[in-house]
Amino acid sequence: MCSEVKKTLESMVEAIYNALDGGEVPEIRMSSRNRDNIVLDQISSVWKYGESKVSRSLRTIDGANYVLKNIYMIDFILEMLRDGKSSTLREMYYISEGWGKGKFGTQDESDLMAEDLEVITSLIREDFRLRPEENGASIIGDITIEEKSRKGDFKKINCKDDVGEAGYTIPNNVESEKLRLKATNAKFVLALETGGMFDRLVENGFDEKFGCVLVHLKGQPARSTRRVLKRMNTEMNLPIYVFTDGDPWSFRIFGSIAYGAIKTAHISEYLAVPTAEFIGVSASDILNYDLPTDKLTDKDIAALNAELKDPRFQTDFWKAEIETMLQIGKKAEQQALAKYGLNYVTDKYLPEKLGEVGGIR
Amino acid sequence: MQVNYWNVMVAGKTTTSHYKEISIAEFFEKNRHILGFDSPQRSLFMIVKEALDNSLDACEEGKILPEIYVEVSRKTGDTFCITVRDNGPGIERLEIPRVFGQLLYGSRFHAVRQSRGQQGIGITAAILYGQITTGESAKIRTKIAESDTGFEIFLQINVKENRGTVVSEKPVIMGQDHGTEISITAKGKYQTGKQSIIEYLRETAVVNPNMNLTFMDPDGQKTVFRRSTEMLPVPARSIKPHPLGLEPGEIIGLASVSGEKSLRAFLTGEFNRVSDHIADEILRVSGIDGDLSPREMKAETAIKLRQVFGTVKLMPPPVDCLSPLGEEFIRRGLKTIYEELHPAFYSKPVKRPVSVYNGNPFSVEVGIVYGGEIRGDDQIRIIRYANKVPLLYQGGACAITRAVSEIDWRPYGMDQKQGIGVPFGPMIILVHVFGTRVPYTSESKEAVAAIPEIIEEIKLALRSVGRGLRSFMNRNDRKEKANEKFNLVMNIIPEIGKKCAAILGRNEPNIDRVISLVANVVFINEASSRTDDGFDVTVKISNFTTEDRTFELYAEPVFGKIEGNAKWVIPPILSAKSFELKFKLLVGPERYPGVDYYTTGINPVLVHGAEPLPGDWSLREEEAEEDVQ
Repeated sequence: MCSEVKKTLESMVEAIYNALDGGEVPEIRMSSRNRDNIVLDQISSVWKYGESKVSRSLRTIDGANYVLKNIYMIDFILEMLRDGKSSTLREMYYISEGWGKGKFGTQDESDLMAEDLEVITSLIREDFRLRPEENGASIIGDITIEEKSRKGDFKKINCKDDVGEAGYTIPNNVESEKLRLKATNAKFVLALETGGMFDRLVENGFDEKFGCVLVHLKGQPARSTRRVLKRMNTEMNLPIYVFTDGDPWSFRIFGSIAYGAIKTAHISEYLAVPTAEFIGVSASDILNYDLPTDKLTDKDIAALNAELKDPRFQTDFWKAEIETMLQIGKKAEQQALAKYGLNYVTDKYLPEKLGEVGGIR
Repeated sequence: MQVNYWNVMVAGKTTTSHYKEISIAEFFEKNRHILGFDSPQRSLFMIVKEALDNSLDACEEGKILPEIYVEVSRKTGDTFCITVRDNGPGIERLEIPRVFGQLLYGSRFHAVRQSRGQQGIGITAAILYGQITTGESAKIRTKIAESDTGFEIFLQINVKENRGTVVSEKPVIMGQDHGTEISITAKGKYQTGKQSIIEYLRETAVVNPNMNLTFMDPDGQKTVFRRSTEMLPVPARSIKPHPLGLEPGEIIGLASVSGEKSLRAFLTGEFNRVSDHIADEILRVSGIDGDLSPREMKAETAIKLRQVFGTVKLMPPPVDCLSPLGEEFIRRGLKTIYEELHPAFYSKPVKRPVSVYNGNPFSVEVGIVYGGEIRGDDQIRIIRYANKVPLLYQGGACAITRAVSEIDWRPYGMDQKQGIGVPFGPMIILVHVFGTRVPYTSESKEAVAAIPEIIEEIKLALRSVGRGLRSFMNRNDRKEKANEKFNLVMNIIPEIGKKCAAILGRNEPNIDRVISLVANVVFINEASSRTDDGFDVTVKISNFTTEDRTFELYAEPVFGKIEGNAKWVIPPILSAKSFELKFKLLVGPERYPGVDYYTTGINPVLVHGAEPLPGDWSLREEEAEEDVQ
């Protein structure tokens, strides 16, 4: 794998070198990474980048600076591969201080370029030995995994019996060389947006009572969290249900789990779970359960309108939900269900909603 | 004998017995606000202004580079002593009481000519104000070069008789060959800020860059404005009045003191642009007897004459009676005074051709400085001048402010709400209106009256500097883009080549062809280094096009002078090669002022760092661009 990554990156550099030497203006072409260029892949049912391409050439200052920084980044990755090291994205951003003209202005710029490099090379960030600085989210439930320890041996962990109340923390790298999914007695996975709801369900023993694995998403889920969900879905045949707040940003959280995110559409096949089900809080839930609400802000309204144009939300369900939310002008948190008492969500709401989608029979 | 025809008019009004005759001095005593002495702050300022105007006029007439000392010192709480000393030609002992003590006394009253003071009111009014408020005499010390000693005279003004009375006098040894010093003690209030003495002096220094001016304020703080040129101002020639420049009453006044025997001779002899032929026509059309004595002119005759003047074909007045500041003075002045703000741009000053309003020749000059550390979030500063005198008050009522506000500045790159009003931005505009008789809104001469002809001329001049500003901004944009591209081909692309080679462990690629493809321009960029008498400038011309290039290059410094010929024929430069030339720029000890480069004989679109020679501007840029593609 390592030598393959090296070969791919070096061939990119070689292409630029050859163009320069041959009197042709070098350019880097890649898929356009915006909303208008994501299309549904019929085979995998996830959203991927389409045909539209962008090119960065040495003809312009911006293009040339991009290429220069890209080459510096490749050099840095090749060095890590050679030395068997890895670094966080943040570390790379700081290391670029020493790259002269190749230095990055902001960490956003370097993070984005690392993703660009994935798009260009069809490799993934793990191949580049670049990782985010934050860990993934937490898991509680009857699932047994093996994680490679620092000593190099695999350690078996049951996410119900071998962890504390905070659960098992998903590491940055969840590929099989680091993490193996061994066995489970659970019937489904319930992914939760907020920590408050995760704690509520743990305290009420929801996982044991209904035989499920609880995953705390921590807001917009990290790549490794989504990757774990994908693996639990494909390797263990566990259905994924997503329970979020009822606002436009939560719709996007579900969208990125089920359909893939715009920023990472090149790896949607690794990350997205097309069969994931949304179980609320939806705009209809706000009406049906008469939930306490907040008014939509201008930003919320803009986000909803953007979702109406988002190809991933063009189903009847989502169009109706988004339009309803715009119409009532209200949003609600998961915790709004506490209006009916602390146990309402575990005793009434979730069994009802999961019953509708077939999670609880 | 100098007699003032206005005095005659004043006397003429008082012949009816039940009117009490009052002298002009008495009139001033009761109506001091008319001349600007209407508040304690204004009064000190007016005294300085009148004395300084006199000093500058005297130096200009004597063709002397002005050395002026101004001091305001506090005697008691609200009493100040103002001293102004010059190195002008000095004043003859016998002339002193009249020069300083008589209102409306002028040495050149009939002559029509541009000068700072126009009616001889100023300094006497200042002395009179001091006398009224403190009872103190004015102290005058003066010496002319021809005399061995100077004189020190204490002078009071006899208000009833409108003349100066010498209280005491003594000969004194003065430390200079010639010059005049006047000290006036007066009540007032010393003020700092926008409309203050120091601001007035600063603005005076802007338009008198050949002056050394020292100012000592009441706290003993000294400010010096140094001379930046030894040029003498363009002198103004006296002319006779133009017929269209006089009102009937003035015609009578002029006639009453004329030495001519006949009306015909009066017309040809006392007026400008009245030939024998024109005089005949005037007399024929008006039906007035040309043999009448001008001294007996009646009012109806004068009215008739004035009317006929407007119907005959008169040439406009000659223009050499005007004294502009001139391009060099405006540039130097703005540069010296505002240099500390490091402006990015000094406009080439614009002077309008001479125009005429009401028979009075006048013209307009404008200069601007832009950018640097000039405050940009505020309305632009307008510094107004009339006949080389700064106007500090009544900006809103002034023709100059009106002209600035009526122009849409947005096309010139300035912020302005709806294209009207004083624009916002980092700019200082200097506007100088000058003429034989600049019309003011009041006797205190603080604002130019809104005469349509004058406003129109100011606007034309402003638009002209506006165009200069716009092309500076465009040029700046282009320079920035050129620098970016230069950085691209000189730094970034070579760096990419080097880095790729290092990663692959190969030799550096040959990037010449790619650079020519990417740039497709000829870069002209310069570097300068200080020398004792100016700067050594090196111009590097790099041909980053795919063909050989040859052309002519011209250099024009913003300030200073290029040693030798500032025109070069650049020999053919091969593709991807460069050529260097060096020259010396002679300027004073200041920052590098910048050089504008022009090319001819090459498609201007291919050139970065130089403008097409103005003669080539007929080649429109769009056409040129098509040419390239």
